[in-house]
Amino acid sequence: MKVLVAVKRVVDYNVKVRAKGDGSGVDLNNVKMSINPFCEIAVEEAVRLREKGVATEVIAVSLGDKACQEQIRTALALGADRGILVETAEELQPLAVAKLLQAIVAREGVDLVIVGKQSIDGDNNQTGQMLAALAGMSQGSFASELVIENGKARVTREIDGGLQTVELALPAVVTTDLRLNEPRYASLPNIMKAKKKQLDTLTPADLGVDVAPRMRVLKVEPPPERKAGIKVGSVAELVDKLRNEAKVI
Amino acid sequence: MSTLVIAEHSNNELKSATHHTVTAAQALGGEVHVLVAGGGCQAAAEAAARIPGVAKVLVADNAAYAHQLAENMSALIAELGTGYDYLLAPATSNGKNVMPRVAALLDVAQISEITAVISGDTFQRPIYAGNVIATVQSTDARKVITVRTTGFDAAPAEGGSAAIEAVSIAKDAGLSSFVGESLAKSDRPELTAARVVVSGGRGMQNGENFKLLEAVADKLNAAVGASRAAVDAGFVPNDYQVGQTGKIVAPDLYIAVGISGAIQHLAGMKDSKVIVAINKDEDAPIFQVADYGLVADLFQAVPELAAAL
Repeated sequence: MKVLVAVKRVVDYNVKVRAKGDGSGVDLNNVKMSINPFCEIAVEEAVRLREKGVATEVIAVSLGDKACQEQIRTALALGADRGILVETAEELQPLAVAKLLQAIVAREGVDLVIVGKQSIDGDNNQTGQMLAALAGMSQGSFASELVIENGKARVTREIDGGLQTVELALPAVVTTDLRLNEPRYASLPNIMKAKKKQLDTLTPADLGVDVAPRMRVLKVEPPPERKAGIKVGSVAELVDKLRNEAKVI
Repeated sequence: MSTLVIAEHSNNELKSATHHTVTAAQALGGEVHVLVAGGGCQAAAEAAARIPGVAKVLVADNAAYAHQLAENMSALIAELGTGYDYLLAPATSNGKNVMPRVAALLDVAQISEITAVISGDTFQRPIYAGNVIATVQSTDARKVITVRTTGFDAAPAEGGSAAIEAVSIAKDAGLSSFVGESLAKSDRPELTAARVVVSGGRGMQNGENFKLLEAVADKLNAAVGASRAAVDAGFVPNDYQVGQTGKIVAPDLYIAVGISGAIQHLAGMKDSKVIVAINKDEDAPIFQVADYGLVADLFQAVPELAAAL
């Protein structure tokens, strides 16, 4: 079974991102970039499937400029077998990414796609579901458990009221939630080995996909600031304030 | 111009997320219809018809939609959707699961989790875990949108009398099937609809200690939530999680207990009207957003609070 994972290059989750003063965008100068945390969970899950003998090959794909190679190398160091970079200077929106991934899925004959449920920059939470729709595949979004058996995927999903389990025909798309697994750290020997693994580069034109954006960002701004209030000295004072000042209890 | 709102419901009950989404739909102008797709969902459809401002309720009552499976729901919505300018769903786990699939089937972008309608094609939405608010303009003719419910007031539940129309489209993609679910059973209000929320973090130390919060919640008719740290540590189930990747809440009163206040958590609760923080670390970032901060050992303060209410 061939498994495809997608990894996105995003601002590291420890960086506090700020809007530029002129509202034209987000200040990304000299900011540390990393693999999107949900994508890292996707890589880990795919590698575990290969270690269990369920998957035969794990392909890591990233889409964007040349620098995305770094995140593919990270995925290879975590255990993915080979990488594909879809290189473009264009801004890629979720629908375009889904179409590019669909083209790769068709080319490679993939049985299972595992992607993060959302990236921590755009917070869109779309790509996996869109890919599933375009490719006519089943989907198990927000997965906290994934079991492959009898040619099907059984996915436990984190939903608003608790957990839901669905059974999916393969090929399927699974999107990862936080508690699916805890990704390993790449060891130094594996980081060295990853440098020698195969990494192919394609362009959107090679895949025949129109990636023109469907949405424009007109401006970005900081959210309304919330001011710190006061410190109270005791529970009695707190209850008094809530009752008589804030009037919320 | 017309808008179709995809209802959030549990077949026998319409969820308040639907009422918030109707308000967002009304901000777009034009006629508002509500789709209730489910299995045995007549009661939810009748409730939707009572929302003032809703012109028509479409009911697709079919076993294929009983569990809101994305493959079936998206096929139905995409087919109905060609008759509308806007397709709106609340950004619940259902909405987030189904709507991107609808957008792809219609070959349009999805505008995720809008918090404000600026004009017919321009919307505000938070990005980077709420650290940045983006104003985005969609160039697609038909717009598929998920709505962050805390950005819009709930439409009234009573007062309307919309026509209810049955939809006979049956879409069973045959790709997925429902196996089971484990839903939290609680007499308390739902997290996203509660007027008061009491949340615990890593400082609670274990799941057993959440009973202390429940005692406070019982007095205030509050929902109980948690930070990601508390969920990851296994103190409480995933559906308790408040934060950017969990539930977004904006109650009248939010009481954060033993929560340090990671950006991720603040993104899920900072629109609450009044925030109370109880933490023994006086430098915890949660105090920077709290209206009332109490630096204290929660194991003393919380029982004392429960007794004082």
